[in-house]
Amino acid sequence: MIVQALTFYLFAGITVAAGVMVVSARNPVHSVLFLILAFLNSAGLFVLMGAEFLAMVLVVVYVGAVAVLFLFVVMMLDINFVELRQGFLQYLPIGGLIGLILLVELVLVIGAWVVAPDAAATIAEPMPAPERMTNTHALGLILYTRYVYLFQIAGLILLVAMVGAIVLTLRGREGVRKQRIAAQVRGRREERVELKKVPTRGGI
Amino acid sequence: MVDLWQGYAWPGLVIVAQIFAILVPLLLTVAYLTYAERKVIAAMQMRKGPNVVGPFGLLQPVADGIKLLFKETVIPSGANRVVFIAAPVVTFVLSLIGWAVIPFDFGVVLSDINVGILYLFAISSLGVYGVIMAGWASNSKYAFLGALRSAAQMVSYEIAIGFVIITVLLCVGSLNLTDIVLAQKDLWFAIPLLPMFVIFFISALAETNRAPFDLPEAEAELVAGYSVEYSSLTFALFFLGEYANMILMSALTVILFLGGWLPPLDVAPFNWIPGPVWFAVKIAGLLFLFLWVRATFPRYRYDQLMRLGWKVFLPASLFWVVLTAGVLVATGWAPV
Amino acid sequence: MTVLDRSARTLFLTELLSGLALTLRYFFKPKVTLNYPFEKGPLSPRFKGEHVLRRYPNGEERCIACKLCEAICPALAITIESEPRADGSRRATRYDIDMTKCIYCGFCQESCPVDAIVEGPNFEFSTETREELLYDKEKLLANGDRWETEIAANLAADMPYR
Repeated sequence: MIVQALTFYLFAGITVAAGVMVVSARNPVHSVLFLILAFLNSAGLFVLMGAEFLAMVLVVVYVGAVAVLFLFVVMMLDINFVELRQGFLQYLPIGGLIGLILLVELVLVIGAWVVAPDAAATIAEPMPAPERMTNTHALGLILYTRYVYLFQIAGLILLVAMVGAIVLTLRGREGVRKQRIAAQVRGRREERVELKKVPTRGGI
Repeated sequence: MVDLWQGYAWPGLVIVAQIFAILVPLLLTVAYLTYAERKVIAAMQMRKGPNVVGPFGLLQPVADGIKLLFKETVIPSGANRVVFIAAPVVTFVLSLIGWAVIPFDFGVVLSDINVGILYLFAISSLGVYGVIMAGWASNSKYAFLGALRSAAQMVSYEIAIGFVIITVLLCVGSLNLTDIVLAQKDLWFAIPLLPMFVIFFISALAETNRAPFDLPEAEAELVAGYSVEYSSLTFALFFLGEYANMILMSALTVILFLGGWLPPLDVAPFNWIPGPVWFAVKIAGLLFLFLWVRATFPRYRYDQLMRLGWKVFLPASLFWVVLTAGVLVATGWAPV
Repeated sequence: MTVLDRSARTLFLTELLSGLALTLRYFFKPKVTLNYPFEKGPLSPRFKGEHVLRRYPNGEERCIACKLCEAICPALAITIESEPRADGSRRATRYDIDMTKCIYCGFCQESCPVDAIVEGPNFEFSTETREELLYDKEKLLANGDRWETEIAANLAADMPYR
């Protein structure tokens, strides 16, 4: 038990420390790298809770895809972040205010939280043996039955966002010469090569 | 005290011993894979390949390793030191930890986790970080361009790989690698899912930055891509990581499509040979295919590479996911 | 029909497979590698390698210091100084070739009226220092003594074509 506790504190500690470093690191690329570290350690926390499917999905989606794009963008940007930080004190009051409002809202939400009446029974239920029910299976069952509409709506929202992004950036340009591979492959020798009989000293 | 010993220390020691039992042969294989690559490509170009150091040049990997070890590690003055050193270490470690879930035989696996295939997928998707960190930290335009190419390429082909894995999972009904292998007891998935097998193999080539998809290190245009500024041990780690990744992807292909440790037919002469040997033989065959492809095909152009990933493999694999799911449901073969 | 045919070819990757088959055939072909320091390829009699200064069979050096080779050398690698010898004949007191400049064009050999300067068949004369590649007359004459048999044979073999 003590090893599990130690592991938990290790993961949790690194997650928090990495989170702090994300906002305090001077170099934006370092920030993203710390963000990745935080993601990985939260995946470790999920594993400790026995939610290995969530842990792996977190790594695949957030670390493997989202953070790569972050890193991409941050590396390509050529912004002097030291300059950006210069107005720190000037914006502190507004930032602090927003933070405070968020905090109050969180407190209000959590204060008004009502625990579902049957939650206690669910928690008291013994966890099924891993041989009988993996958490991937359980997650699938609940996601595709009880929450199927929410799941579909989430998918639709992502689709709309994707279509929107494409519509916003797609522009048809005139006179662009593109390679048409199918046309190239389709071409026969007779269409492309012509043998000409050139008369001596006559030129073409 | 006894509790601590029996509960943690002894299992810990056993696990460390198991890890070494996997890693030492693996690293030896990596070393000799470089030798095999030179020999195979040489043979296909009607050359002899390394044949001076030791009998048949068999000590060549050792000589190369010693040479790399004793060279000077040069860190460019404009480089970001920590990230520069961390990048090859990340690549190397990621190529090794995938082996934690690979089953070599029934029950012969370091950690038989429920989501083994997802774990491997996650590991392979992390592989891009070593490259991209190296490219950025080198503070050199060639390295950076190579890293960007590599990152875009790996993210693109990962999607196709994901769909192929989903197709296999539909037929198995489990994310556990041992279950995936056992589901192929009667028929290897390479036969009913042949197009998926081909797509997976080609995507694996792209994922490991191997020819004909080795644009990130295209020497003709980018000198050596993200590893330009690396020397000595740091370069050796990249090199080892790349080849260990090749072996890992081959092992994954074997598990998903070629029946893992299972013999081709469960009859007398075949099932005398132990499972790990079959597993190794299949991996070796796939690795030969890797080298064979490298000796045969010219490098893709970058836009062709992206076209292949997004316009060919993605729709094709998506189509097969739908088709497989439809067939499984219609015929009632779908696993519970 | 051709559309169907082409689509089938694309779909079944026939071109890729035929490429792979080709390399596999080469995989089993005999190798052409020469195990270089132990095996060597054939050299033409006209091969232009390291320079030598030849002697007549009686031991007299051939070079008469006419400086034609110095004049024609496109890389300005040859330096010659001459003085009359005690018996009244003109001989080179200095005959230097800077082998780091030489481009092995063979003009010196062609211009020589007495076949004194010749590019021999030796191409394995790498050195560890740059200075060793600045040849003087003694070195060139020593080369000539060492390679005389081969050079004479080569010149004889090439004679019918000149």
